[in-house]
Amino acid sequence: MTWEPVIGIEVHAELSTRSKMFCGCAVEFGAEPNTNVCPVCLGLPGALPVPNRQAIEWIMAIGLALDCQVAPMSVFHRKNYFYADLPKNYQISQFDVPVCSEGHLDISVDGATRTIGIERAHMEEDTGKSTHVGDGGRIHAAQSTLLDFNRSGVPLVEIVSKPDIRSAAESRAYAQELRAVVAELGVSDARLEEGSIRFDANVSVRPEGAEEYGTKVEIKNMNSFRSLERAVEFEIARQIEVLESGGEVIQETRHWDEEAEVTHSMRTKEGSSDYRYFTEPDLVPMVMDDTWIARVRDGLPELPAARRSRYVSDGLDPHLAGVLSDMSGSLRSIYDDAVAAGAPSRQTANWVTGEVNAWVRRTESDMVPITGAQLAELVAMVEDGTVSSSAAKEVLEGVLSGEGGPRAVAEARDLTQISDTSELVAAVESVLAENPDAIESFRSGETKVVGFLVGQVMRATQGKADPKLVNDLLRNKLSG
Amino acid sequence: MSFPTGFLHFPAMPIDIDIAHVARLARLDLTDDELEVYRAQLGVILDHAAKVQSLQGEPQVASAHPLGFVNAYRDDVVVPSLDRDEVLAAAPETEDGYFVAPPALETG
Amino acid sequence: MSPNDLTIVAAGERLRAGDLTAVELLEATLDRAHRTEAQLHAYLTIDRDGALEAAAAADADLAKGVDRGPLQGIPMALKDNMCTRGVETTASSQILSGYRPPYDATVVTRLRDAGAVIVGKTNLDEFAMGSSTENSGYGATYNPWDISRVPGGSSGGSAAAVSAGSALCALGSDTGGSIRQPASLSGIVGMKPTYGTVSRYGLIAFASSLDQIGPLSRSVTDAAVTLATIWGHDPRDATSYAGDYPDPSAELGRGIDGMRIGVVSELAGEGYEPAVESAVSSMVESLAEAGAEIVELSLPTFEIALSAYYLIAPAEASANLARFDGIRYGHRADGSSTETLMARTRAEGFGPEVTRRILLGTYALSAGYYDAFYGQAQRVRAAIQDDFARAYEQVDALVSPTSPTVAFPAGARVDDPLAMYLSDICTIPSNLSGHPAISVPIGVDGQNLPIGFQVMAPALGETTLFRVAAEVERLAAFTARPVLEEVAS
Ligand SMILES: [Mg+2]
Ligand SMILES: [Zn+2]
Repeated sequence: MTWEPVIGIEVHAELSTRSKMFCGCAVEFGAEPNTNVCPVCLGLPGALPVPNRQAIEWIMAIGLALDCQVAPMSVFHRKNYFYADLPKNYQISQFDVPVCSEGHLDISVDGATRTIGIERAHMEEDTGKSTHVGDGGRIHAAQSTLLDFNRSGVPLVEIVSKPDIRSAAESRAYAQELRAVVAELGVSDARLEEGSIRFDANVSVRPEGAEEYGTKVEIKNMNSFRSLERAVEFEIARQIEVLESGGEVIQETRHWDEEAEVTHSMRTKEGSSDYRYFTEPDLVPMVMDDTWIARVRDGLPELPAARRSRYVSDGLDPHLAGVLSDMSGSLRSIYDDAVAAGAPSRQTANWVTGEVNAWVRRTESDMVPITGAQLAELVAMVEDGTVSSSAAKEVLEGVLSGEGGPRAVAEARDLTQISDTSELVAAVESVLAENPDAIESFRSGETKVVGFLVGQVMRATQGKADPKLVNDLLRNKLSG
Repeated sequence: MSFPTGFLHFPAMPIDIDIAHVARLARLDLTDDELEVYRAQLGVILDHAAKVQSLQGEPQVASAHPLGFVNAYRDDVVVPSLDRDEVLAAAPETEDGYFVAPPALETG
Repeated sequence: MSPNDLTIVAAGERLRAGDLTAVELLEATLDRAHRTEAQLHAYLTIDRDGALEAAAAADADLAKGVDRGPLQGIPMALKDNMCTRGVETTASSQILSGYRPPYDATVVTRLRDAGAVIVGKTNLDEFAMGSSTENSGYGATYNPWDISRVPGGSSGGSAAAVSAGSALCALGSDTGGSIRQPASLSGIVGMKPTYGTVSRYGLIAFASSLDQIGPLSRSVTDAAVTLATIWGHDPRDATSYAGDYPDPSAELGRGIDGMRIGVVSELAGEGYEPAVESAVSSMVESLAEAGAEIVELSLPTFEIALSAYYLIAPAEASANLARFDGIRYGHRADGSSTETLMARTRAEGFGPEVTRRILLGTYALSAGYYDAFYGQAQRVRAAIQDDFARAYEQVDALVSPTSPTVAFPAGARVDDPLAMYLSDICTIPSNLSGHPAISVPIGVDGQNLPIGFQVMAPALGETTLFRVAAEVERLAAFTARPVLEEVAS
């Protein structure tokens, strides 16, 4: 039997607001434990939450970026469960009226584009952090739990996809694309390694062609795109094996074990998932009128998908468009400015994603000290033969080191090519005079000897000759 | 002393209460005897509370705020947090700036 | 008359005239407390040092001509469910034994800014759940009018203190009648403001959509001036009213000529003590004689208000009280896992009424029962709001008894939760609607036990509410005082 995986992904993204969701404590990663806490985020008796307007506008932005409906009115609910790192023992979350619903996100895997439905995006608060200490630090062997509430109350947006994903590769592509959107909006640090964006997957399998869904298993604890893909892959295979050996998939939550590359069942007690949702009486409804929604929409940046298609219409192939799209904003604007100044798109994109990007990474520089106009000039100098492409890399280095514009650097560093025919003819003639054998070989049909002769001319001119021009001159002389 | 009897004599409807489950959801470690007392009392109270089902018509659910207020937010401004020593002073157990709890699940 | 038996207004005049100092007034108040507490147990904590400091500061300010308003130098009591920085705050629960909050409730800040002198923290039914102040984790409070009886509740400590003269005024909280009912049973004025007008920040929550802080005082005017000091928009409370606030005192003494006053027919009859009914009826007649048009109104949803209340309030409470788990503050029991520790801490720390309501609320919200109970209760709440809205199309204010009975003997209802819940049958509708209401003492029964008269008004109708209440107070000319045998404790 052929099995079809059915996958839905839940994403939790921490928003990078200055202050927390319901109090004025700073949102700060890596602070000393329990230093960014107050009565509200510690759940002290009598404390009350007040929502952060910025967080509400940012979830609206996320929803609009995913083509969601923004609810005209939305409310918070209490989700009740006891856990040591949940100070109030309820989480302020949303239930039946999320801020955003019914959107979609396009992903592409192996050149094929698929549309993944977004069920909802809702606003909630993060929990504190538990560190289980004791034998080996493993959850089951822990002797005690250390609690830090700095993360408690950090704004969290939960984005739930529809069960539209059909493979591990699509799961990864969806997660990456969603992360790119959130990062583009500038609303979250979206760092997997710091946990500021987290992915859970709901995985089930069903016989190919079946209408009904199989029993779904929630998998958690994947902290990279790779582990998400591997975990989903493992889980699909595990479920198929269970079913094919006549077993039944149990509805449960499983943990991805990064080292063993397997999922483990989490020990949970029966019946503990009665969350008793009810409207949060400490908060009033959020009314998001058209004016407010329009204002948020107007502030949206260009999103990755739109940008990639713009690059493709500039003439880039989809791969290069994707690579460029993932570059930082400052690198992308160098490309945009250079192209606007008339530079050819493909060459410009290659420079930006190649040499310029490499320089930024090598120097760990926050600034990219080259303008679009300067890059356009450099590309033009390569195109018209003023500099060789290898010399151009040195020119770029000089520009980025603050030595001046491309032309000035090329001249100062003596990197311009000899493109003057009369100057080169002499060099060509003397090389031919020194290599009569080569002339012989050429005339007897070994035309690849031209390469050797070009090399000789380049050496004679200390690399400053335009190799294309040298090639032309040589062929002329030899066939003449 | 007397009470409005209409309220007290509202016909009882049978209500099944899995009191042990409710107590577990609420994290209340009660003895079997206590559970039985509470189950009986809840039965009486819920019999009468079930009067809410006598409401006629199809009224809306009450809005979240009794007076219908909406849209109360704060600006995204950081305000000073509490002093950690003062916060931890109220805690039953602390260590190196952390609150301490036993392991999440029973060991052994 | 001892200065601690004065009204706020009268004491304020003497403080400003220079023939009484705030420290003297406080000393007299503390002395009264010293001689009555053994019988009443109105207070859980008396903050003598803090109060003396505040009184001295008030005197210094007054000497400099710095006038902070009517509460300056006035000894006040706070129900112990309002957080006071560094001063033990327990909500009468053993689970918060020894807990000292690191912050002040907004009302406390407002009182301090107004120069009020906070004498201490008063007893209540644990987490404000009860109508007799017998459910306290630290022992019951008794009624100054008859110490074998309850003072009402849950703000029974505040009511007893004001009634006995161990505070000139107090703050209480009212979720289903917890200010008005003890005021009625203790022969004083108690007022629940419009929901959202007094900040709940720092009030240990019972039922968030119903809780409201308000004054307990010796006169209607005192309640109005206290309210004017404590209310106002608070950016820390998202349910706080951000618009214009009326002046509660604007129409005091204006009389009620030409007003339309509704008598709710559902809040009478079976279950109401005859003395209560006759006192209320004669007050209604007096109001008519004073020029009001009396309108008999039927508000049928009031019959099921109590049922809705006993689903909504416990449901909210079950979540509000989840935070008391022994991890960050308060009592902690032993337990080798977090789950066991929490469950034992809560079983040990909460008293029976709180446990009962947590179980009730948890059940009402749980899967399979939500629609029939909590969901339906919310519909009833909306229907009650509609009933009120219809009533206020016809009348300016509504009146009723505050409580079906006078103060009942201690112990009489402790084993019968339903009977206890019925104490609040007249007060609950205003909590469900969020409207303001007040109880004014209008007389005593044959056993010299006070009877309270309730006035209700529409949202933000405090000016009207106090106008009618002041007329009720004038007409009742209630001058009876509790006869309390003072014994040094
Ligand atoms: Mg979530
Ligand atoms: Zn905080």
